[in-house]
Amino acid sequence: MTRVTKFAARDPGPSARVAGFVAHLRQNGLRLGVAEAEVAMAALTAVDAIRPDDSRRALRAVCTGCKEEAEQFDMLFDSYWMDAGRVKQKVIPAQSSSATDTVHSSRDARGEDAGASGDAVAPDDEGGSAESDGTGKLVATEHQNLSRRDLRDMVRPEEIAQAEAVARRLGAALRDKRSRRRIAARKGDRLHFRKTIRHSLATGGEPLRLLRRHRPDRARKIVALCDVSGSMSVYAQVFLAFLAGLMRGDPHADAYLFHTRLVRITEALRDKDAMRAVGRMSLMADGFGGGSKIGPSLMRFADTYAKRFVDGRSVVLIMSDGYDTEPAEQIAAALEKLRKRGCKVIWLNPLKGWADYAPVAGGMAAALPYLDLFAAANTLGDLAALESELARL
Amino acid sequence: MTWTDLKSALAAEGYVASDDLAVALQLALSLGRPLLLEGAAGVGKTEIARTLSAVQQTRLLRLQCYEGLDAAQAIYEWNYQRQLLSIRAAAEGGETGKSVEDRIFSREFLLERPLLAAITQDRPPVLLIDEIDRADEEFEAYLLEILSDFQVSIPELGTIKAVTRPIVILTSNGTRDLSDALRRRCLYTYVEYPDRQTELAILQARCPEVEARLAEQVVGFVQKLRAEELEKTPGVAEMLDFAAALMGLGIADITENPAVLQSTLTTLLKTQSDQAQITPEVASRIAGKAA
Repeated sequence: MTRVTKFAARDPGPSARVAGFVAHLRQNGLRLGVAEAEVAMAALTAVDAIRPDDSRRALRAVCTGCKEEAEQFDMLFDSYWMDAGRVKQKVIPAQSSSATDTVHSSRDARGEDAGASGDAVAPDDEGGSAESDGTGKLVATEHQNLSRRDLRDMVRPEEIAQAEAVARRLGAALRDKRSRRRIAARKGDRLHFRKTIRHSLATGGEPLRLLRRHRPDRARKIVALCDVSGSMSVYAQVFLAFLAGLMRGDPHADAYLFHTRLVRITEALRDKDAMRAVGRMSLMADGFGGGSKIGPSLMRFADTYAKRFVDGRSVVLIMSDGYDTEPAEQIAAALEKLRKRGCKVIWLNPLKGWADYAPVAGGMAAALPYLDLFAAANTLGDLAALESELARL
Repeated sequence: MTWTDLKSALAAEGYVASDDLAVALQLALSLGRPLLLEGAAGVGKTEIARTLSAVQQTRLLRLQCYEGLDAAQAIYEWNYQRQLLSIRAAAEGGETGKSVEDRIFSREFLLERPLLAAITQDRPPVLLIDEIDRADEEFEAYLLEILSDFQVSIPELGTIKAVTRPIVILTSNGTRDLSDALRRRCLYTYVEYPDRQTELAILQARCPEVEARLAEQVVGFVQKLRAEELEKTPGVAEMLDFAAALMGLGIADITENPAVLQSTLTTLLKTQSDQAQITPEVASRIAGKAA
């Protein structure tokens, strides 16, 4: 086991260290507020804080909020409390740069700095570690400019605004009347007891006015998967603008890109600045314009994200030309699995707009039986025209 | 009570908790914070609440969430029919105005649902909010008021403050993302499938009559089966059913009769494609490895 971090003699005390630890976690992307730091202190007093494993468990219960964070927590804990990865730093200063190659030791230094706990790490280490910091922001901007396929060259702000309007209209077309909750309404199918009784008091207990309630319309959730492989690069402009617009127009939408891998871009596209969102997206779509593995990507989606984000109220929108380098059966199997979640599946194929197109590509032919709608879409206009079709689903 | 005490108390009631879970539970008890448990179906999330209520010797109030669950079903509702009758009776008796109103909006006419019931108990109960991810996002907002302040506002009656703070346990299967606000207020533990030793301990706690050798085999088999690519991975409850089925058939060694083994697999494999995937050959191969 690694030894416990030695804090400097001028260290102000345990509470500052815990605050430093919370700051360290915050630096690493865990969403923690001041209240959490308080609870963390309380938690440490409730367990036997001398024993590292107990403290680790207690802090994990307090500071993490989802499975991913819980998995990440152990490393973060080690890097702060257990002196991980920088045992030799002070002895051989020349190695400090290589030691900061590991993400955690570098973040560690910053985290402790934010907590002002006066750690054993010398300040001169921080200068070096800041450069190789892995939080992504600084590095990201540089990388985008170097990236050969920068999506921002392909998508213009006006298009995003247009696409946003289209996406709003599509979302409106996909209304679904299946909410089980009832709310007050002038014309409803059931009595609204609470309101009726309340109003009846005015008339001496005689319910003269019967108030009603009904089931409100509920919007469906759009989940968009966009193929960005080489064969699709011509159409990427339209679809990416659509994705960006969709995410801005509909707060519940969900977006993914795939080529040979599947990437979730929902968080990136939620960025307030539209062009920055596209920039973040292009960074995530590294390996853009290569081969396409539609089947495995869809299967991966069905196995992972779909279990969390796709339900009977979702519409899965797949934008791809159906040219797959993998066996076609995989697409069929993936779509079958998706369909079992109760969602609607729509496939938008840019090639379908061609005069004598037939779905002969193996993947496309295999997918057809599982689709609720198979339509063409080359331009934003085409997408807007889908509105009436979607309303009929 | 330290977490090791809690762990042994739970074990005495037949629940074998991991160290992580025991620490989280102990914190939930001592800090008075809700505990959010996530994990695959069948790892014993709901069971922990039941066992905890037995350990604490208190009531278990359970709120099963579903899509469309609303405040009327979860917190409170007025007994409208009774109110209506009471108003009519009052009118005939000549009673009018404010006195009627005060009477029909009193506690007597209030139907307590689990959340309100939980904060009005004399002895702190265990409140289990099961499968919170199934409820709508709107419902989470209601829940937040109760989880943060432990009070319920009823417009006609005023605010009802908690007599005692319930021990709140929320479970989620991760069918949708919970809001950050809710996660922030809760302690969190991800419940994994138990490892071999733990699962063996669970089996021995729940079915003490299973012979040690068979228990080893059953647990080994189920652990191996979880590594296969299945649509629905068998949970702990399924493992117990499996052991019970084998015992009922009087089997002492799962490798000896592949046909019987295959027929008992109905307790573990719950979809058609899983059953098709685990053919008798595969099953006996896994059984051979487990034994």
